[in-house]
Amino acid sequence: MESVIVYGAINSITFALTAIGFSLVYGVSRVPNFAHGAIYVLVGFITWSLVNDLNLNYGLSIIISLAIASLIGLGIYQFVLIRLRGMPTSEIIASFAVSLIILEGLRLQGVGGFKGFIGPNYVLKPFFDGKIEISGVFVDYQRLIVVGAGVALAAILWLFTHYTKMGLSLRAIAQDEQAALMLGINSDRAGMTAMAIGSALAGLAAVIILPLGNITAEAGYHVLIYALAVCIIGGLGSWAGTILASFLVGFAMKFSTFMFGAVWESVVLIGTIILVLLIRPSGLLGKQKELEERV
Amino acid sequence: MAAQDVRKKRLDRSINVRSTGLYALNSYREMAYLLAPRLLLIVGLLALPLFLDHYWQRVFCTAGVFAILALSFDFLAEYVGLVCLGGALFIGFGGYGAGLLNSEFGLPPWASIPLAAVIGACVSTVVIMPCLRLRGIYFAIITFMLPLFARNVIVALGLFGSTEGITGLDTLPNIWVEQYVILIGVLIVLFALRRFVSEDVGLIMMGIKDNDQAVLAAGISIFRYRVLAVFIAALIGCFAGAYLSHLYGWLGLSLFAMDFSILPIAATVMGGMGTLVGPVIGALMLSPLSEALRGMGQLRVVLYCFILLIFILYKPEGLMNFLERKYHQFERVEKV
Repeated sequence: MESVIVYGAINSITFALTAIGFSLVYGVSRVPNFAHGAIYVLVGFITWSLVNDLNLNYGLSIIISLAIASLIGLGIYQFVLIRLRGMPTSEIIASFAVSLIILEGLRLQGVGGFKGFIGPNYVLKPFFDGKIEISGVFVDYQRLIVVGAGVALAAILWLFTHYTKMGLSLRAIAQDEQAALMLGINSDRAGMTAMAIGSALAGLAAVIILPLGNITAEAGYHVLIYALAVCIIGGLGSWAGTILASFLVGFAMKFSTFMFGAVWESVVLIGTIILVLLIRPSGLLGKQKELEERV
Repeated sequence: MAAQDVRKKRLDRSINVRSTGLYALNSYREMAYLLAPRLLLIVGLLALPLFLDHYWQRVFCTAGVFAILALSFDFLAEYVGLVCLGGALFIGFGGYGAGLLNSEFGLPPWASIPLAAVIGACVSTVVIMPCLRLRGIYFAIITFMLPLFARNVIVALGLFGSTEGITGLDTLPNIWVEQYVILIGVLIVLFALRRFVSEDVGLIMMGIKDNDQAVLAAGISIFRYRVLAVFIAALIGCFAGAYLSHLYGWLGLSLFAMDFSILPIAATVMGGMGTLVGPVIGALMLSPLSEALRGMGQLRVVLYCFILLIFILYKPEGLMNFLERKYHQFERVEKV
């Protein structure tokens, strides 16, 4: 039972970490970034390549791959999404296409001597080896780093969006784009910034979480689904909702694994989503006008 | 002459103007103008299997499945305003339904396909119903997840042969029956949907897409019409799924594969969203292409995503709208 609580908490923070970037982009630019999971995996593979193929320092390669991630985010916004603003169908389809191009591209085999990132060989080193005992449960250091990073990131992002000029302008755009435009906030630049930060956050989540297992392209789909699930349950675009929902989902999943077995995890997830949507269509803490969303 | 001194002017062809409305019946020329493109499509499609060898005839069958799925996607997205990224859900439910009716109850394909289409459509509608109060990207996201969860549930509960699937289903008698079943299915669905969207029901659905508050204010239950629309789309999709499992003689988890969700969308965008004919043409072009690239593994997914992206960015109207414009209008360059 203690293990359920400890690992449930860790699991929840993992969810929060992966979802927070998606939530940021959606909250600001109203663009559902379906390429979120793809960027997550891509950063994992880039870091791996930098460390193992180019023999770079671990920390340095993390920084480089995060920079690449935010450039990719910028690129996606600048070359794809900017042309489709205000057309939700096209936005979804286009960002989904980008995501598939990245994820399936990573699995390409035999094109130009590229072997494809397939198989169990792609493992990132944990930052520190070793374990620690917390109330009778062994937890390795990497999981503690996940927790620490999650909490720190949430705090930093809260401060960023409440006390810096750029963060405030992002929130202004999210709340009322017309008014923000009149006050001289460039909505395209804000969207671009949000996309760059969101992608970097996805990458950061990747380098922190991925050392817990090996890197596979399929993880991209799972990350996307978990991020979406958490954001939907919490209410798309709501920060507190995202964090609340990740705890709800994280604990629900660990608890169901403990009670019924691992295969039930995803069933519990969809059950939670449908239940929440039935009761509160705009999510737990969603601030969208009820009528607008539910009809 | 500098570029800004000229502009392109588009004018309706006079025959186009004359052949709108009942006056078209006045002359054979106008009737031919209206009938030609429709007949070209129908006759072309019906004749196409005669010119294909066996391998490409099989490909044609799968192309038909994708065409039907694309029709269902186009109908839901453009005429009801529900972007459904989970076409694989319909294929999966229809396919499992037909396969189980065939293997467990011994129903022959001609009974199991229609029955599975109806049962599958009911099940899909019930599954999607809780999400119908959502719209836009919320609906898209949930429907995107549903096929993946359906897979997981089947694995988790060890249902229907779990990861192995069920093999040895009855197949249709021969390749000609296989081709013409799906072909006639495509044509019926295409023309029935075209008729349906211009009926009163279709108009209400269009209204829901454009302004749901106004429809609500008119005292019409949006929810009921959305359920109806999803049922129709699911019926179409499940028919394709049921047909597919009898085509392969096999059912399994890959019926929920993402191919069935993404290729119809690519076909719709390529063919022209909201035209209904466009998606069919798009599917008939894309699936042979992806078949030709079968040897290259993941490259084909990457490739049709690229096609999708290029079309959505640079030719968002799609092929069909483009062709339609060329048919109905002429262009000339005019001095400003």
